[in-house]
Amino acid sequence: MSTPRHRLMDFVREEIMPHRFCTGCGCGTVLNVFINAVEALELDRTKMVCVSGIGCSAWIPSPYFKADTLHTTHGRPIAFATGVKVMRPDLKVVVIAGDGDVSGIGGNHLIHAARRNIDLTVIMVNNMIYGMTGGQVAPTTPTGVKTTTTPYGNIEPPFNVADLVMAAGASYVSRWTTYHVFQLMKAMKDALSTEGFSFVEIMSQCPDNYGRRIGVRTGVEFLKRFKEQSVRVGKSRDMSEEELKGKFVIGNLCNKERPEYVSQLHKVTDDQVRQLAEETA
Amino acid sequence: MALDDNKRRYLEHLAGETFFMLGDEACAYGALFAGCDFFAGYPITPASEVAELMAKELPKSGGIYIQMEDELASMAAIVGASWTGSRTMTATSGPGFSLMQENLGYAIMTETPCVIVDVQRSGPSTGQATKPAQGDVMQARWGTHGDHNIIALAPNSGQECFDLMLDCFDLSDTYRTPVIMLMDGEIGHFRESVSMPPVAAIKHVTRKRAKSAADVFGGDELVPGMIHYGEGHNIHVTGSTHLSTGMRDVSTDHVHNKLVRRICRKIEANREQIVKVAEDITAGGKARVGVISYGATSRPALGAVKEVRDQGKDVDFLRLITIWPFARKQVTEFARDLDVILVPEMNLGQMSREIERFVGCEVVSLSKIGGVPHSVTEITQAILERIE
Repeated sequence: MSTPRHRLMDFVREEIMPHRFCTGCGCGTVLNVFINAVEALELDRTKMVCVSGIGCSAWIPSPYFKADTLHTTHGRPIAFATGVKVMRPDLKVVVIAGDGDVSGIGGNHLIHAARRNIDLTVIMVNNMIYGMTGGQVAPTTPTGVKTTTTPYGNIEPPFNVADLVMAAGASYVSRWTTYHVFQLMKAMKDALSTEGFSFVEIMSQCPDNYGRRIGVRTGVEFLKRFKEQSVRVGKSRDMSEEELKGKFVIGNLCNKERPEYVSQLHKVTDDQVRQLAEETA
Repeated sequence: MALDDNKRRYLEHLAGETFFMLGDEACAYGALFAGCDFFAGYPITPASEVAELMAKELPKSGGIYIQMEDELASMAAIVGASWTGSRTMTATSGPGFSLMQENLGYAIMTETPCVIVDVQRSGPSTGQATKPAQGDVMQARWGTHGDHNIIALAPNSGQECFDLMLDCFDLSDTYRTPVIMLMDGEIGHFRESVSMPPVAAIKHVTRKRAKSAADVFGGDELVPGMIHYGEGHNIHVTGSTHLSTGMRDVSTDHVHNKLVRRICRKIEANREQIVKVAEDITAGGKARVGVISYGATSRPALGAVKEVRDQGKDVDFLRLITIWPFARKQVTEFARDLDVILVPEMNLGQMSREIERFVGCEVVSLSKIGGVPHSVTEITQAILERIE
């Protein structure tokens, strides 16, 4: 008897399966949740473009997600996505990339996209390490962690990327972990439904290149840690900096209406076109 | 590519007119007449006027202008936009062009049509920001890493700034490759008369389309057709080595070999269709001295050649319009009866070394840097010294 085909197989490029993610990696969970969000929202995949940069997380949409995909240079997916979105505002343009891509090499594009409030959804998979290149320090690596490029311990404080994006002006920002799959799916649906810049940070596990450096060997152990270390944003407000040390603040961090960039950009063009038509009529 | 109603209306109110304008502005108007849909850029001297004019005029023709946060983003945005079926461009100068190199390589590898205007200035680094130079000849050819080919054109007048922009967009769509408009600061900041053609005279190349996603990056085609985003084909575009389907395969040697050789060959095999030279002046085999030049420098060079010829002495002259691919056949032919070729250029011999590779005679670089263009007298003297 043949195995029944899963209903979500239509959402992946089946011809390149099985996938290449390491055992216990959080990228599979992110792909799973993303596909479920797309299905639940009944998004037309022929009108979706997924853009990614370089690294493990970039592989989530490219090549696995079956839609138009654009796999770009390291750190630049938001800039490439901007070009796609402004010329085809009717397409749903989603960036899925890692913390190194989005907040390290591509940090400038991130803050400017948030400032413009361009209608993109950016899903940042934060595994706190440079995974694909073999475990080097990232801007999100916690202080003190020994990596291949911080052999004496990381002396830098980690980036709070969601706070940064919120301060820069994004419409929607939330942070969850791969343990919180149902909340994460709700957040992805909200982000995909936001008109403006939406940002979802996902704390995700990398047992191979991060876990072994901090003594967490399996994906399951990571999920337990994520559960224990997470603090809801509401509760976090009553906690001191000392109490929040080593914790992940999770929840919906911001959801506000702001003028969206692409519609304003097209309004400038539409006004000028109309004015010229009137002048030359 | 057919002009839509907005573009046609915009061009009709300019068509047939002659204006007095900067080379940078002429270049921007050329892009508008080429049907440019999208400009993304970052200001830099001496290229900023291209962006300023596009910011003002592009929306009137129905296009979109963005000032991005930097040059990396500008180059990325025009590549992304090109995959929606838009004609896209950016404009920059040396340091900005350096920042674009990685994404220029991405455009080459993904066979994405787009146009990059580089109004060259003096370098390296910040160099002389406001002074003209021709220092990016080799950056245009070899700035990005890996094996690749490129098309670059060098105008020497305001009118050519306009006219060659139409060629840039057409070449870009024809060969599915980024094309570089290699201006120089002097040409960009000259103010000259520029005539706009009648709309009916504008014929644009239409991008070839693929029937299925399986052929977007190869199949049997030297230049495959494109499929644009949002057409329901689930196309996959990657800068990594890929199969004709677009799917990544970075470990099979013959896949990389086939892809990169085809990307190089599509320009190499069409060299004669692409290459343009001008002012091919010959004394019919009598001259022993020849001059080859391009861009702004070609103007005093031509002046000098005319002066020497007016004195009854023989000297040949060739101007390169297409800088890359190199005009191998034309230059070899030009050099056949010569003892020496003088190459005035505003760098320390970038083009003269390339010429040297293809000719049997002596090649002398009349190089000049420091932001002061060659004078006619300087070049005249150099020619006369070699003749005598």
